[in-house]
Amino acid sequence: MAGTSEILLVGVGGQGTLLASNLLTLALMEAGYDVKMAEIHGMSQRGGSVSSQVRYGDRVESPVIELGGADILVSFEQMEALRWLPYLKPTGRVVVNDYRIAPAPVLSGKVPYPDGILDELRGKADTTVVDAAGIAKRLGNARAMNLVLLGALVKGMDLVSCVDWERVIRENVKRDVELNLKAFREGMAQVGTR
Amino acid sequence: MSVRKLLTGNEAVAQGAWEAGVRFASAYPGTPSTEILETIAEYEGIVAEWAPNEKVAFEAAMGGAFAGARTLASMKHVGVNVAADPLLTMAYMGVNGGFVLVTADEPGQHSSQNEQDNRRYAAFAKVPMLEPSDSQESKDMMRVAYEVSEAFDTPVLFRMTTRVCHSKGIVECGERTEVPVRTYVKDVRKYITVPAFAQKMRVRVEERMKRLAEYSDASPLNAIEWNGRAVGVVASGVCFRYAKEVFGDAASYLKLGFTHPLPDARLKEFCAGVETVYVVEENDPIIEERIRILGFACRGKDLFPPYGEMTPDVLRKALGRGELPHLEASPERIVPRPPGLCAGCPHRGFFHEVGKRKNLVVAGDIGCYTLGFTEPYNAMDYNACMGASISSGHGFQQVLDMVPGEKRRVLSVIGDSTFFHTGVNSLLDVAYNRSRTVSVILDNRITGMTGHQQNPGTGYTLQGKPTKEVDLVALVRACGIEHVVTIDPNDLTAVRNALDWALSLDEPSVIITVWPCVLKKMTQADLSRFPDLFSGKCRVIEEKCIGCRMCLRTGCPSLIYDAAKNKVWIDPAQCVGCTVCKQVCKPEAIVKDFKETAAAPGALAGAKGGKG
Repeated sequence: MAGTSEILLVGVGGQGTLLASNLLTLALMEAGYDVKMAEIHGMSQRGGSVSSQVRYGDRVESPVIELGGADILVSFEQMEALRWLPYLKPTGRVVVNDYRIAPAPVLSGKVPYPDGILDELRGKADTTVVDAAGIAKRLGNARAMNLVLLGALVKGMDLVSCVDWERVIRENVKRDVELNLKAFREGMAQVGTR
Repeated sequence: MSVRKLLTGNEAVAQGAWEAGVRFASAYPGTPSTEILETIAEYEGIVAEWAPNEKVAFEAAMGGAFAGARTLASMKHVGVNVAADPLLTMAYMGVNGGFVLVTADEPGQHSSQNEQDNRRYAAFAKVPMLEPSDSQESKDMMRVAYEVSEAFDTPVLFRMTTRVCHSKGIVECGERTEVPVRTYVKDVRKYITVPAFAQKMRVRVEERMKRLAEYSDASPLNAIEWNGRAVGVVASGVCFRYAKEVFGDAASYLKLGFTHPLPDARLKEFCAGVETVYVVEENDPIIEERIRILGFACRGKDLFPPYGEMTPDVLRKALGRGELPHLEASPERIVPRPPGLCAGCPHRGFFHEVGKRKNLVVAGDIGCYTLGFTEPYNAMDYNACMGASISSGHGFQQVLDMVPGEKRRVLSVIGDSTFFHTGVNSLLDVAYNRSRTVSVILDNRITGMTGHQQNPGTGYTLQGKPTKEVDLVALVRACGIEHVVTIDPNDLTAVRNALDWALSLDEPSVIITVWPCVLKKMTQADLSRFPDLFSGKCRVIEEKCIGCRMCLRTGCPSLIYDAAKNKVWIDPAQCVGCTVCKQVCKPEAIVKDFKETAAAPGALAGAKGGKG
């Protein structure tokens, strides 16, 4: 539908993409948008490639993002950004965590973790590399990297002023609220507007 | 007062059931349906229960409806196969209080062994069906489903699909309507299904279908949206949403929400009113066939695939419009992430030993342990449906034993929850017919793959309250199995000895492996029963590691091979100290450090990464 914006969050099962996409979706609802979010649960979840697909606008029909549909691709892991790149609009934007999680064939030494992923992303799309893990670790907990990436996403999609993000985070994040707020703010500072 | 909430379709079904005054709900977990009962369990005023299988869940809810309350059963699509027996006869008997069966179908087979179209069950059982297309409708249609059930004296099928179950949307929530329990009045002509009565019920079913057909035509759930007359789209469920994305505002739509029986008059009016009719439906061409029977031409499965999801990109491609412009990534830089057994999974030690043995046929079942077929274990030959390991393993062995010179033995492997589901009857068959198969019950103290639901073997209810726990060994013995042994699957010597012992017998035997799922929320009972849980972590002494990589054959994701050094190291964020790798390490390069160095269990998978 015309006027629908699409956000694709991807990563590896267990990385906290779900919390980020839940906060995002709640905030978009509060901001007055119609919003739908799609996820797949089940056997492929643990340690597998996972995605949360968020679509918002005046009126949203389908919950899923199609090939070439996303306005922004936020990847919690390097290789996952490349795996999901075809779902980005050619004019879309990539925010990628400078972080690697080795899949089983790499752990067992069958193949190396591929090199040159960030260069390929930069060569093909408007790409911002964020050291979310490093920032979160410096703030006190590496697990807060999902809030760093949410902050980067909110800035990248120009959603900063649509809702009181700090209130949304305070109301919906159970643990380490202050740390998560700092992580969110640092994430916003990583990305410029277009 | 209405409140706006962001709900998945499953959560919305639970909200809708609560608002509709449902008092009793039962289910067996199965993706994508599981969260329906988990959410219902959080509401006051509904007794919510896990049942050992879908047939039992259905029957418990059926009994509650006969007694006069509004009741619900929910299950995944293949679960309805298990519950089909009571469904097809309850359809004759009808209800007292309203009864709704929620079937969660899986176009695309994200987490299922088949892609059956349960709309066929509505036609098969001759009962009405409703199909919501998003979360709001999932909530709203529950109320309609109960009204239809009571008005037409029939069970109602409520069809969800994965995308409706697991997508979130904004839902306007309302208040609960308290629906009193109707008085149960004994009525053998309604509730006793002896042929003399059932033949009369059979006639009433056909009369009911005629009245339901009129209702379907009048229902606002089947609505026409007239736009341009060149193209008209007929769709139900989430397919309607997909079609809207692709065909846009120029096309007209017939959106179907009440899909059995289909609204013939509406279909005729719509098909006559547009030049070209497109039918967008996942799985079988059911709407399409109806339109053709009514004498109209349409485009359906001649264009769109008969399998998989009809997502906008699939529709676009099928319509010859190609794909939206998009970027391509270099395939050589994308390594797959296949599902595997978690670090500390109690199935690892067992499958490591089974995989080393030749002359075994391993009959598998439905659960995480189906991954025993994967590398590096290669320790499973087939699996079909819940409970089939033990029974099919018996038949397999019977035929192998007919073949001269055939030495192979059958090992049937089943999880605890699957054993309680339909494995018990299979084991009765094995004992009764004196099979010489070896049946293995992998008891990980929980229903694992669907996300840790309680079952009759765990000692807790859906709400986490203590309850009676099955005595598994006594149950196995009561079935008529004399040879039973219980082992710790992390102890590879014990696994080997148990297999040797069982395979030396010419009578039926059962091996029970007991160790909790590593991701399970441990109870105090677990912690005292398994004192070794999370007692420490394993570590490689680098100087002793010779790079033989024997440990990698355990398939543990916490083992990381460093090619440059030709050494293996163990990720402490993932290791839980099960010691399976330690037991296979010939140079004794792996040691276990006890507690003082151990970090909290359940660490994130993400913690194993590093900056690139």
